Amino acid sequence: METLSERNYLNEPWGWKSWIFTLDHKRIGVMYLIAIMASFLLGGVFAMLIRMELLHFGGKHLMGAQTYNQVFTLHGAIMIFLFIIPSIPAALGNFVLPQMLGAKDVAFPRLNLASFYIYVFGALFAVYSMSTGAVDTGWTFYTPYSTTTNTSVISMTLGVLILGFSSIFTGINFIVTVHKLRLPGMTWYKMPLFVWSLYATAIIQVLATPILGITLILLILERTLGIGIFDPAMGGDPVLYQHFFWFYSHPAVYIMILPAMGIISELIPVFSRRKIFGYKAIAFSSLAIAFVSFLVWGHHMFVSGQSQYAAMIFSFLTFLVAIPSGIKVFNWLATLYKGSITLAVPMLYSLSFLFLFTIGGLTGMFLGALATDVHLHDTYFVVAHFHYVMMGGTVMAFLGGLHYWWPKMWGRMYSEFWARISAILVFLGFNITFFTQFILGAKGMPRRYYNYLDQYQPLHAYSTYGSWILALGFIVMAVYLIHSLVKGRRAPDNPWQSLGLEWTNSSPPPPENFTVTPKLTHGPYDYDKIVSGGSAG
Amino acid sequence: MDTTGSLFLPPGHSTFSGEVDSLFHFILYASAVFLAIVVFGIIFFVLRYRRRPKEGVVEGPTHSTALEIIWSVIPTILVVIVFFWGFRLYLKMSIPPKDALEIKVTGQKWFWTFDYPNGANTLNELVVPVGKPVKLLMSSRDVIHGFYIPDFRIKMDVVPNRYTITWFEAVQTGVFNIFCTQYCGKGHSEMIAKVKVLGEREYNDWLISETKAGEGMSLEDFGAKLYVSRACVTCHSVDGTANVGPSLKMIFGHQVKLADGSSVSADENYIRESILNPQARIVAGYQPVMPTFQGILNDRELDALIAYIKSLK
Amino acid sequence: MEHSNKHTPHLAHHFGEMEQQRESAKLGMWIFLLTEILLFGGLFAAYAIYRAWNPDMFYNAHKHLNIYLGSINTIVLISSSVTMALSIRSMQLNNKKRTVIFLVATLLMAAVFLVIKYFEYHHKFELGQLPGKYYTYTGIEGTNPHIFFSIYFMMTGLHGIHVIAGMGLITWMLRKTMKNTFSPEYYTPLEMTGLYWHLVDMIWIFLFPLLYLVG
Repeated sequence: METLSERNYLNEPWGWKSWIFTLDHKRIGVMYLIAIMASFLLGGVFAMLIRMELLHFGGKHLMGAQTYNQVFTLHGAIMIFLFIIPSIPAALGNFVLPQMLGAKDVAFPRLNLASFYIYVFGALFAVYSMSTGAVDTGWTFYTPYSTTTNTSVISMTLGVLILGFSSIFTGINFIVTVHKLRLPGMTWYKMPLFVWSLYATAIIQVLATPILGITLILLILERTLGIGIFDPAMGGDPVLYQHFFWFYSHPAVYIMILPAMGIISELIPVFSRRKIFGYKAIAFSSLAIAFVSFLVWGHHMFVSGQSQYAAMIFSFLTFLVAIPSGIKVFNWLATLYKGSITLAVPMLYSLSFLFLFTIGGLTGMFLGALATDVHLHDTYFVVAHFHYVMMGGTVMAFLGGLHYWWPKMWGRMYSEFWARISAILVFLGFNITFFTQFILGAKGMPRRYYNYLDQYQPLHAYSTYGSWILALGFIVMAVYLIHSLVKGRRAPDNPWQSLGLEWTNSSPPPPENFTVTPKLTHGPYDYDKIVSGGSAG
Repeated sequence: MDTTGSLFLPPGHSTFSGEVDSLFHFILYASAVFLAIVVFGIIFFVLRYRRRPKEGVVEGPTHSTALEIIWSVIPTILVVIVFFWGFRLYLKMSIPPKDALEIKVTGQKWFWTFDYPNGANTLNELVVPVGKPVKLLMSSRDVIHGFYIPDFRIKMDVVPNRYTITWFEAVQTGVFNIFCTQYCGKGHSEMIAKVKVLGEREYNDWLISETKAGEGMSLEDFGAKLYVSRACVTCHSVDGTANVGPSLKMIFGHQVKLADGSSVSADENYIRESILNPQARIVAGYQPVMPTFQGILNDRELDALIAYIKSLK
Repeated sequence: MEHSNKHTPHLAHHFGEMEQQRESAKLGMWIFLLTEILLFGGLFAAYAIYRAWNPDMFYNAHKHLNIYLGSINTIVLISSSVTMALSIRSMQLNNKKRTVIFLVATLLMAAVFLVIKYFEYHHKFELGQLPGKYYTYTGIEGTNPHIFFSIYFMMTGLHGIHVIAGMGLITWMLRKTMKNTFSPEYYTPLEMTGLYWHLVDMIWIFLFPLLYLVG
């Protein structure tokens, strides 16, 4: 077994206190990574419980109705707030962003650490709420149900509120880092596209999350002081809550997908050994998506009783926001053209993403179109759609990025063989689990149902079987990744021969990122200028 | 138009379900085309351009304004078509015809009641005539619910303190499902009702019989019928099993222990109060979740239920 | 490893020079203030919606706010912004004594603001003009008068919390000033606190007419 002997950010400084009080963005990224993986595990366990319960119809199998309602609420809230929103920016982004810019750290390292502890505090609150009567409202906390149910809405929403601050601080940090800490000579158009995507994401984080904050504050005040803002008996309007909530939560889904798209923009050029096609189109489409994402929240409310006029506007804008995403997909596809392609594991995940995200995005069309949305809203079709974009999209990209930067992060290689097995299991399991749900939903199966009519049973069964394959894939992944930390082959500085700045330092990097301040001699995708085998010089 | 269903969709049974399905299929086929382009592209490029050994610098095109325009404009045209199609159909689906028969729908945890123009009233069963437009005027008594008839392709949220509207015209007789689609608590998935489409003559006959419901029946028999049709069965058993609510078996005439520690004799008055003002005196060990039936049951129906409960020994 | 030529004591290791650090701090603070504006924005939106739905009630209810106390508070806060700015100016001119005086003045005025608010709140508590389900006052015409007071308490309450937080920050700056942390070359935290305080003032300047000067 080879140990990592040279000084790197993992072993210098030494001691657990140096980790707890660290200001090193790489260490903070690693701590975030562990936290979000734990959250993914917790959320995933709840998912497995849901699918087990739904294997058969008719009454109680594993749990009663009330417990089931709490389990699906927790699955959603944990996956969204504790896992997916921080996942790419806080774990991978924190680790990689300064290195990609040639910087020593993010703009505000102490704020970064604070951000992490706020995340932990918020996550603990959310987990604590499970013990005091876990919330059963669905992750959307719609009023008046959420203001009248006797489960712990307040502690869960407080937890989410706190987590929101973590997200805001990460956003502020990244925006300032990108503006102020780039290497001299790195103009905006010389930045890697992952940076562009993190920048666009940070803008959304900063503008949208405060709205979530005030929405949750209003919800808490309604429950404690009976403010009445959402209570029809007191002159309030429950649908107003939906407007407030979705004004954040729709941009939030772009917080989830934009960084993922950024990762894909990194991986495909490396493993096609080619310059990315349409750099500017991809960069600007990220900004366009960030902007338009604020204008479409009403598409979650087409059947809430809103006016047809409002519905029309939201539907139209929803279709518009799809176009930049489509542009990206075509540009990525074109990057494969005349490339020199290897199917390393990060590339497998990127291609998975292309396929699965395209399906997810296209199924959004059914929901954006008013007449079909009426039939599909609040059915399993919606559940399948968002799992295709969030899991088939963001999680696949996250896994691709994880497998790409893993050697950089830990100085170890994982088993390529087992990683491929896992990727195949995950891909297969995912499709079986969720494609069946498109059919379920279109056939009329509503979501958030504990029980269902027998006609839906076969499809539910297939979906559950798929979830077992998916879980197996993740178990295999956990095993080989942890194994690699202990017994993995020592990783070279640049195993993928990528031209990114983050690959010019050692694997793992030194605490200050670069022992010599890097000089910018080429862009991150200049594979047409540099013969393979070299790293930047 | 009656459709026979497809891989994704159930058969449609309303006047516009066919049009909704057409739009659905158009989007489906267009999506399939785009997906095919992506999949074909991936497979072809990965095979054709897989890395050869000793490969040097690779030079592929890095951008093409023409292509960017093409693959922006064509999808934009397509989505605009889909948008207009969806919007126009949606307008048709949201604006009921002027001569529609109006039925009032009330949602509450966890059942539906329907009030007909002639004063009839049903629970969990919406009875409508075939071939006539029906307008549903809906509101909730507590939290937001959703009213969904998959086979008619209609859905609308049901909100407290407000009315929402939807409409349909059934093209075939039969019985179809109604689901609640806005999460409303423990009984959300049990909040299933049926829409029963009758031929015109049958419908009129049914209307008349509803207003004379319970006639010619003993109070006890009527009560037994109401126990099911008014959904008491959802929460109260008659065989002694405790459920969401206490069993009705052997309750009459016995002492009942209340949540506040006192006890009361379950006589006619207590039972009547429990139906009209359920939170007043709750049996110990049960949650205060029973909805009130004030305004839902008339006096005769109350008498019938009390008679039925009395008979449960 | 490279070192910068002048190792200035307040330069963080990841910045190349003080200017870069200061610019970063300013940019970061402005973005943070933007998030605060959005946070209050939700409440402003709620205000707008409920006022549009109950215009008469809002007019009737607002008459029960003390416009004199509100005006005094407005003047007090604006003055505190002036003294805050003056304290920064004093540090730019290397006058530590004046910096301290102006910071203390700012603190005192913030305290006056809170005291006046206390009296306003107390009066309302006595009358039963309370938020939400605690509202018991009967003297206002219009539907659901409690809505006005719910919004009043939420907006001024959230603002009040920010005033208290600001006072904490200013006290911290006071301590740092007295320990000679700042100089004309480095007073960034002071400047940032000033920016925050100006925002707190600005929000009140919007709150005041919306709540006290309806119609």
